[in-house]
Amino acid sequence: METYVFDGSLTGLLSAVFTFYERKSGAVKLVGQDEYQPDLLGGQLEIYSDPGQAARVWKGLAKQIGTDGLNRFYAAFLGEDATGYQCLFDLSRCIFDCGGNVMEDFGNAHVLFVSQLARKVHREKHRMEAFVRFHKMADGLFVSVVEPDYNVLPLIRKHFADRYADQRWLIYDGRRKYGLYYDGDRTEEVEIGFSERAAQLRGPSLPENLLAEDEELYQRLWRGYFNHTNIPARKNTKLHIRHVPKRYWRYLTEKFDLHL
Amino acid sequence: MRIEEKLNTLADAAKYDVSCASSGGTRKNKEKGLGNSHQSGICHSYTEDGRCVSLLKILLTNHCIYDCAFCVSRRSNDIRRAAFKVQEVVDLTINFYRRNYIEGLFLSSGIFKNADYTMERLLQIVKKLRTEERFHGYIHLKTIPGASELLVREAGLYADRMSINLELPTADGLKQLAPEKSHDEVKRPLDWINKSMIQLNEERRLMRHVPAFVPAGQSTQLVVGATGESDKDILYTADRFYRDYGLKRVYYSGYIPVSEDHRLPGIGSHPPLLRENRLYQTDWLMRFYGFEVSELLNDDHPFLETAIDPKLSWALRHPQEFPVDVNTADYRMILRVPGIGVGSAQKIVQARKFGKLRFDQLRKIGVALNRARHFIWCADSAVPAREASPAEIRQHILATQARRFSPAQLTLF
Repeated sequence: METYVFDGSLTGLLSAVFTFYERKSGAVKLVGQDEYQPDLLGGQLEIYSDPGQAARVWKGLAKQIGTDGLNRFYAAFLGEDATGYQCLFDLSRCIFDCGGNVMEDFGNAHVLFVSQLARKVHREKHRMEAFVRFHKMADGLFVSVVEPDYNVLPLIRKHFADRYADQRWLIYDGRRKYGLYYDGDRTEEVEIGFSERAAQLRGPSLPENLLAEDEELYQRLWRGYFNHTNIPARKNTKLHIRHVPKRYWRYLTEKFDLHL
Repeated sequence: MRIEEKLNTLADAAKYDVSCASSGGTRKNKEKGLGNSHQSGICHSYTEDGRCVSLLKILLTNHCIYDCAFCVSRRSNDIRRAAFKVQEVVDLTINFYRRNYIEGLFLSSGIFKNADYTMERLLQIVKKLRTEERFHGYIHLKTIPGASELLVREAGLYADRMSINLELPTADGLKQLAPEKSHDEVKRPLDWINKSMIQLNEERRLMRHVPAFVPAGQSTQLVVGATGESDKDILYTADRFYRDYGLKRVYYSGYIPVSEDHRLPGIGSHPPLLRENRLYQTDWLMRFYGFEVSELLNDDHPFLETAIDPKLSWALRHPQEFPVDVNTADYRMILRVPGIGVGSAQKIVQARKFGKLRFDQLRKIGVALNRARHFIWCADSAVPAREASPAEIRQHILATQARRFSPAQLTLF
């Protein structure tokens, strides 16, 4: 058994697949850098992330499993799951060894795991499209800080760029320390050097002196609307929590009492 | 009056309209405007009663010249009245939308002065949103009963969905509670819009640039439990409206007491939520499961059973149709088995190409076997010593789901 250690990126994972065929390895255990613990017995191999190799593997996968299959593969990768990485690696081998589109073969354990993981990631993507709340800053930038369960920013990029084409916005992933910034023309991934204190801010608690003048008013209006559109005679807390799990409440302006 | 009070008052007045869908529209964002809408819609939040918050649902005003007994905004009700200015509604919509609170606007209104005056205001708002603000989000607009055809048709050019509420399922009920209104007033605009939609769809086949017209279709709402109508009355009315006006949805809204009127259930009585649920289930059976309304409700069975769902109830009344062999039966019949939904039925038809299906596979596919197993036949079915009677099957199923549906356990209130 050989152990491949990769850097946690998609390029790294695909390079590992390339390396596997290049070296004609036997059984391989794939682990991310962060989770790797040196092993006394087995050999280990540091995978170099090579964009050229990755592109070739990606193209090869595309030929076999099509766009739908690739989307599922990519979504599962964004699930950031250790078992998921191994499954994607093994699945890639299946795809190249067996040929044909194995993505519909739900009897295959790798296929099943990958498609289930992809589904969870998609659900989180949909939740982010619903639960992101922008805060208007004094300079007209709309800012939202989120901490999604999975790394879904790459998946929601198009949705927000299409919808909010005429405003500058920033969606920042506080857990993964990067964000998407749309400047009115293009969307880019950005990293921001927050100060120690600012890094601890969550959800709507952005520094109030930087907020736009009417931000507080619209947040108050929205909270008022949210409470008044409720019909107390139909109260159903269980259903409410099923739809909006509590871990998301901290993003939600209507659920988060802001003391401005 | 401050904008905050206005918003709260007019949201309060609008919330009894249960429609919240933001789906069906596929408006794209053009030339860097603001917003778009998806086929599937997005629920941005949920109220504590578990209903989806997708649109900013407000009345333009709750002043009203009518005195409908079931309505909270009726003329004789002593409540706070408020009215938005056109620009206020536009600003609220745009500012909420930019913050990703909502998918769009659901605009309705009480009738002040007269129908045309009110409709004109509504039209001004949607026109302003679409043309000046270049807003491409979802707009659901209420048609004001009695408004002129010209205004209603023009509004159709800007709205994604239009709706007008029948409110009471029977003409008699309406006469009793809202003597100033009639079902005909509702049917007329539904017909205008439906005809325009059909006409434009035909033109669309010949020409490329035909303006979008109510792309997400029309809907209506029926109030349930305000007067003594039967489930049969309600669903026969719904069925006729689905057919005659090509409606996308009929909503059923359990009546929530808002007035002390001897003609209505008193304040404090619970809204009939379980009945409402059964009506929706039946509505789905009519639209997606190929049932005729007369199979589910007729003179012998004018009411739906509350203890069991309408499909199971139908199956128990028709034991001669069962068991269905899932490995050979056609799709239409598999859909009729209690415990098998549209998704499972499609998977069954796909999966059986690769081999005969067994119970454990059906369970994985998502079939609710506690109900379905009494009505199906599959690869590993054992021949029963004696066929169970419908009464026994009912007993058995009720016993297994007792905890979910017994009235004492109902946590809806």
